[in-house]
Amino acid sequence: MIVEIGHFALVLALAAALAQTIVPAWGARAGDAELMAVGRSAALTQFACIAIAFAALVNAHLASDFSVLNVAENSHSAAPAIYKITGVWGNHEGSMLLWVLILAIFGALVALFGRSLPRTLRANALAVQGLISVAFLLFILLTSNPFERLAPAPFEGRDLNPILQDPGLAIHPPLLYLGYVGFSIVYSFAAAALIEGRIDAAWARFVRPFALVAWGLLTIGIAAGSFWAYYTLGWGGFWFWDPVENASLMPWLAGTAFIHSVAVMEKRDALKVWTIFLAILAFSFSLLGTFLVRSGVLTSVHAFASDPRRGVFILAILALFILGSFALFAWRAPMLKQGGLFAPVSREGALVLNNLLLTTACATVFFGTLYPLALEQFTGEKITVGAPFFNMTCGVLLLAAAGVTPVGFSLAWKRGDLLGVVQRLAVAIVAGAVVAVVGAAWLRGGPVLASVAAGVAVFVILGALIEVFARAWRPGLSAGLALKRAAGLPLSFWGAALAHIGVGMTLLGLAGVGFGSEAITTLHKGVPQAVGPYAITLDSVGERVGPNYRETVSTMTVRSGDRVVATIEPARRQFAARTMTTTEAGMATLNFGQIYVSIADPAPDGAVPARLYWKPLITLIWLGGCAMAAGGALSLADRRLRFGVARRSRAAMAAAAAG
Amino acid sequence: MILLVALLALLAGPAFAVQPDEVMKDPALEGRARTLSAELRCMVCQNQSIDDSDAPLARDIRLLIRQRIGEGESNDAVRTYLVSRYGDFILLKPPLKPETLLLWLSAPLTLAAGLAAVLVARRRQPAATAALTAEEEARLEALTKRD
Repeated sequence: MIVEIGHFALVLALAAALAQTIVPAWGARAGDAELMAVGRSAALTQFACIAIAFAALVNAHLASDFSVLNVAENSHSAAPAIYKITGVWGNHEGSMLLWVLILAIFGALVALFGRSLPRTLRANALAVQGLISVAFLLFILLTSNPFERLAPAPFEGRDLNPILQDPGLAIHPPLLYLGYVGFSIVYSFAAAALIEGRIDAAWARFVRPFALVAWGLLTIGIAAGSFWAYYTLGWGGFWFWDPVENASLMPWLAGTAFIHSVAVMEKRDALKVWTIFLAILAFSFSLLGTFLVRSGVLTSVHAFASDPRRGVFILAILALFILGSFALFAWRAPMLKQGGLFAPVSREGALVLNNLLLTTACATVFFGTLYPLALEQFTGEKITVGAPFFNMTCGVLLLAAAGVTPVGFSLAWKRGDLLGVVQRLAVAIVAGAVVAVVGAAWLRGGPVLASVAAGVAVFVILGALIEVFARAWRPGLSAGLALKRAAGLPLSFWGAALAHIGVGMTLLGLAGVGFGSEAITTLHKGVPQAVGPYAITLDSVGERVGPNYRETVSTMTVRSGDRVVATIEPARRQFAARTMTTTEAGMATLNFGQIYVSIADPAPDGAVPARLYWKPLITLIWLGGCAMAAGGALSLADRRLRFGVARRSRAAMAAAAAG
Repeated sequence: MILLVALLALLAGPAFAVQPDEVMKDPALEGRARTLSAELRCMVCQNQSIDDSDAPLARDIRLLIRQRIGEGESNDAVRTYLVSRYGDFILLKPPLKPETLLLWLSAPLTLAAGLAAVLVARRRQPAATAALTAEEEARLEALTKRD
């Protein structure tokens, strides 16, 4: 019964979404405030309905109701509660439901917090948001119904794919979706601005927090996914240039460009058309990502859905929203008034350069991902575009973009002094160069790019710190006063500094890969094997039984000299329900690096074939991602403050006028 | 920046599904085999090199490479042989030829288009903003005086 209520709520949500699309848009045209206000209540109703539907599906999974096809195919009565819940979105239907749930959450946020906006802008934005909901709700109801019943119901479910039985699934997809779908707000507001033919700094001020939230969550989502791949796939790879990963990277790159250009627009009223373009681009890539993942058009390690009917449906949605918005852009963008002049050498100029590099990097990922498909379609010829291509194109472009970061961060708005900035950054430049040269000497003809990346990373981190220092301290200032000044710097500045340091950290972690070492060998009990600065000894091999699997565990000790620094337990896990075996790597974090050991099945004499790695600085890759997201959060906190300031100063002005 | 990942992963060669029994005795030859296998795609997996893959086919090709390198063939010769057998599909870096020209030019073309757009936008920009009206001048003066 609860399942049917969920299904019915989903249909109601579609009705609410239709109302949200038509009524406020009509109201905005007719200038009718009553009709425009409907958008708000429709958005909230839609959210409530989808939340009920989602809760109904979660309930079915928790109760192991195998009369529901979705539960029978993806759950198991013996699974721990957390995997019963994460199993809700560990499959096509459930993940689409999560997608629309998040879409509705963002719509509700606009409805609740958009009071300061011009009424027509909000009405149009909610209408566009509603249209996206209509499309995806139709998609779910017509092709991917998670509430479909199964008769007769089986006694036991088929269990969730063992690779997905991991805490990573609890956080990675929801975060990624929050990021993906968060850009829908940016998109809706861009479309609304184009419909109105007017855009200003107030638009940027309202959209920027949403963009920061979406971007920050997408950043953590990608980092979490990368970390998840690192520890589950058993050989320590953390990025594969897999089409599905590329699908999440493209909106991230476009979104990164957007949050920078929207900042320019808010502060300097410049780059309006470009900002709108990026807003459309970011969500278009989100839609493209949804298409690539959900249609099964690319078979990849991530793909768990393939049904051509669905593919064609999503393709239609994709075409409607991408072509529609770009048509609107081509028609309306020339009407937007340009403002905010700036010299080529200025912070705006540096941001334009940075945006160019980011979007070009994004384009290389786009072409690299879709070119093989297109070529095969048109000529029948099959090619592969893999890591070497992306490293040469996207990698180099992003390294360049990172290198521009400290310069742009230190330049003044409008007209900058490049020579002065170079002088100010001299310490960072020299330190970066020294690190690159020493690194190259250390590797002796090894990967040159690793040492270059390490140099750029040091430059980026020091550059951000220097800028903080330069803003807080002037010659002759006491340390206490400088600290006070530092505390008084706007939070958005601190956010930007932290995010840039995060970029440097990630880059440093990537560079560390070039300085790692490995051993591929068979371990015998009690015989130490050196890897990097550590030695690893196999102590024992044993069997263990988990809730829905059995595993063979090898216990190993990691020593630095004679000192024991860690104990690790790499394992092989057998899942009975799907007759699958997974490799559980044994890991120990030492400083910012990791010892990483994955094993094959032990030989009869107790010897264990193993791959042992020492990966220096590798955790910085993900910590850097967290720092970037934290920087975004700091900037967000600043927004709220500045709303307050604006209100206070308005009050002060009113008082002055009265007096 | 997260995707700078592979930029280094490729060059460093840290993470591999090579098993202990496959490793060649001569470290120099083994190193060449590793370099080559990082450039070759596992045909039955997606976007994994045979060096990373656990698939049996990847293992077969790894052993084939080591056998041929052990017999004294150069990396280029082994690569040419594999392409003749499996086609360009096996190369993770697509070769430069008429069909892939657009792919390889995608980055420079996009960058050029972007630069052109920036230049055009700059040229179209009005030379200066309109001057202040007399009324605005007066207000400005009043405001600056109060400060």
